[in-house]
Amino acid sequence: MSTIVATLGTDRARRLRAALTTLLVAAVAVSAPFYFAPFQVFQLTMVLLYAVALAGLNLLVGFGGQISLGHGAFFAAGAYTAAVMLDRYDTGHLATLPVAAAGCFLLGLGFGVPALRLRGLYLALVTLAFAVFLPPLLKRLEPVTGGSMGLTVDKLQPPAWSGMAEDQWTYFVVLAVTAVSLLLARNLLRSRVGRALLAVRDNESAAEVMGVRLSLHKTLAFAWSALFAGVAGCVYTWVIGFVSPDSFSFVLSITLLAGLVVGGLASLYGPLLGAAFVMYVPSVAQDISEAAPGVVFGLLIIAVMFVAPTGLAGLAGRVRGTAARRLIRTTTPAADDDRPSGSEPSAPPTPADPAAVDAEPVGAPPRPEKE
Amino acid sequence: MLAVDGISVRFGGITALDGVAFTVEPGTAVGLIGPNGAGKTTLFNCLTRRCAPDAGTVRFEDEDLLALPPHSVAGRGIARTFQNLGLFPLLTVRENVMVGAHGQGRTGHLAAALRLPRVRREERELRDRADDLLRRLGLAEVADHPASGLPFGTLKRVELARALAVRPRLLLLDEPVNGLSHGEVDQFADLVRSVREDFDLTLLVVEHHMGFVMGLCDKVVCLDFGRKIAEGSPEEIQRDPAVIEAYLGVAA
Repeated sequence: MSTIVATLGTDRARRLRAALTTLLVAAVAVSAPFYFAPFQVFQLTMVLLYAVALAGLNLLVGFGGQISLGHGAFFAAGAYTAAVMLDRYDTGHLATLPVAAAGCFLLGLGFGVPALRLRGLYLALVTLAFAVFLPPLLKRLEPVTGGSMGLTVDKLQPPAWSGMAEDQWTYFVVLAVTAVSLLLARNLLRSRVGRALLAVRDNESAAEVMGVRLSLHKTLAFAWSALFAGVAGCVYTWVIGFVSPDSFSFVLSITLLAGLVVGGLASLYGPLLGAAFVMYVPSVAQDISEAAPGVVFGLLIIAVMFVAPTGLAGLAGRVRGTAARRLIRTTTPAADDDRPSGSEPSAPPTPADPAAVDAEPVGAPPRPEKE
Repeated sequence: MLAVDGISVRFGGITALDGVAFTVEPGTAVGLIGPNGAGKTTLFNCLTRRCAPDAGTVRFEDEDLLALPPHSVAGRGIARTFQNLGLFPLLTVRENVMVGAHGQGRTGHLAAALRLPRVRREERELRDRADDLLRRLGLAEVADHPASGLPFGTLKRVELARALAVRPRLLLLDEPVNGLSHGEVDQFADLVRSVREDFDLTLLVVEHHMGFVMGLCDKVVCLDFGRKIAEGSPEEIQRDPAVIEAYLGVAA
């Protein structure tokens, strides 16, 4: 009986805490564009759109146990779909979103089929090949894609009634897309199909014995993952207003994967942290070393993985665990009743805490993938 | 209910199974014994379509089991446990059991992403059913614990719960009490007996623990080097000279 009451209590507490957190995050997210300078709002916008791509990659890599070094290509496909539609057919911005999403879903479905037969490094190689071959292809298809010169299209314009500046309006549109995308991804995972995906990751043959159709769930994981990357790409075109093959070199794919791993695989908010890392850390690296920002970026990734092998998302839990263990060790004789978790002795320094990085003045160009 | 006929499996030059044939009648418990490497687990793998035999047929209620795609076997009412646990270690105990009920859900990807009301309802149902099973097997306490890092005996029960969630009519147990302590073996035997009764199960059991096999099974099949060397009631098997020679041994 008492356990039931206790679980009820913790359940309600957890729900309350979740609701409060959501409210707080929503409040911060909504008020942010009114506090920051336009360039910083632009950077936040980019964080949000990268988070969508990382959430997609997370479905595949973190929850599906497959690997892709080619998600930059899906991102590019989404971006070019939007750009070509805006440039040639002058459809509105909003119309490009479902087309880019559907197109990338089908593209991902196509890629999911070979992914059934390949795994690990072989799959990584095939997807990397896709990412490597797409930019030259885009250059060749000049009549449609504008070749190496790329395409310049209209950015999002705030409607008159909103009374907002361009950067603020863009931020809110992207925020909405991101919120919906992350919600969809979360719903997907918290269902029968999500469980099936996780089961396949953990033990493929046991999952199949339980009646999970491997081919279906693995290809669809690829397709959904590509869909989210495509949506991110589409939104990228809205925000930047320019696409060129060089914006989507294979380095983008690798940056995305690195961002996801740093943010936290198989974590629901890892993509957000990873996106912040991908967005801000390269420019911080540039501030630290003008000569070799790439080296500093790499070292920072190593540092994060060393301190937080489960990614930034897992860091809080690890810190809490360590703190709790230390507390128990130092205060075993003391009564074990209400010990607020607030007494964490602000443990291990976090070298790349996104919140701290957030405050850094950033002067470098926003594109994280240089050369 | 299950008719295995002339099953042969070769791995390269090794013949793992050589023309094995036996039947399992509805409602009975059949034990599969034999020395290590006799082909018992390979046979299980054929029944659950983990590997394809080179010859022979397997019929389950007049349906050719070998013609089914591997994921459909569960839907026909066949579930199994694994020799060295085949759990999903990063999922919770409850989620493991809910994966067992995968075939009872209908939710597709789109409906799941939109979390339609019927998806919520289905989730609640699957969850309730999983919780019922967990309570039944005394696992309610660990429902939210990841299915790793728990005592081995507990994990064995989790695997049994997951297999029961499939709603099987034929349950294949691969060394269910292997690695359990003496007391745990007896408990597990009682548990298997009671779920067999409650869920109206037909059992096929691979096990080395003779007390467990002889106490539970109505019929025992003994394999050696991929061949069936004996079949009969537990008493007959215990007296069978070929079985004693190959497997049971004689008292010193």
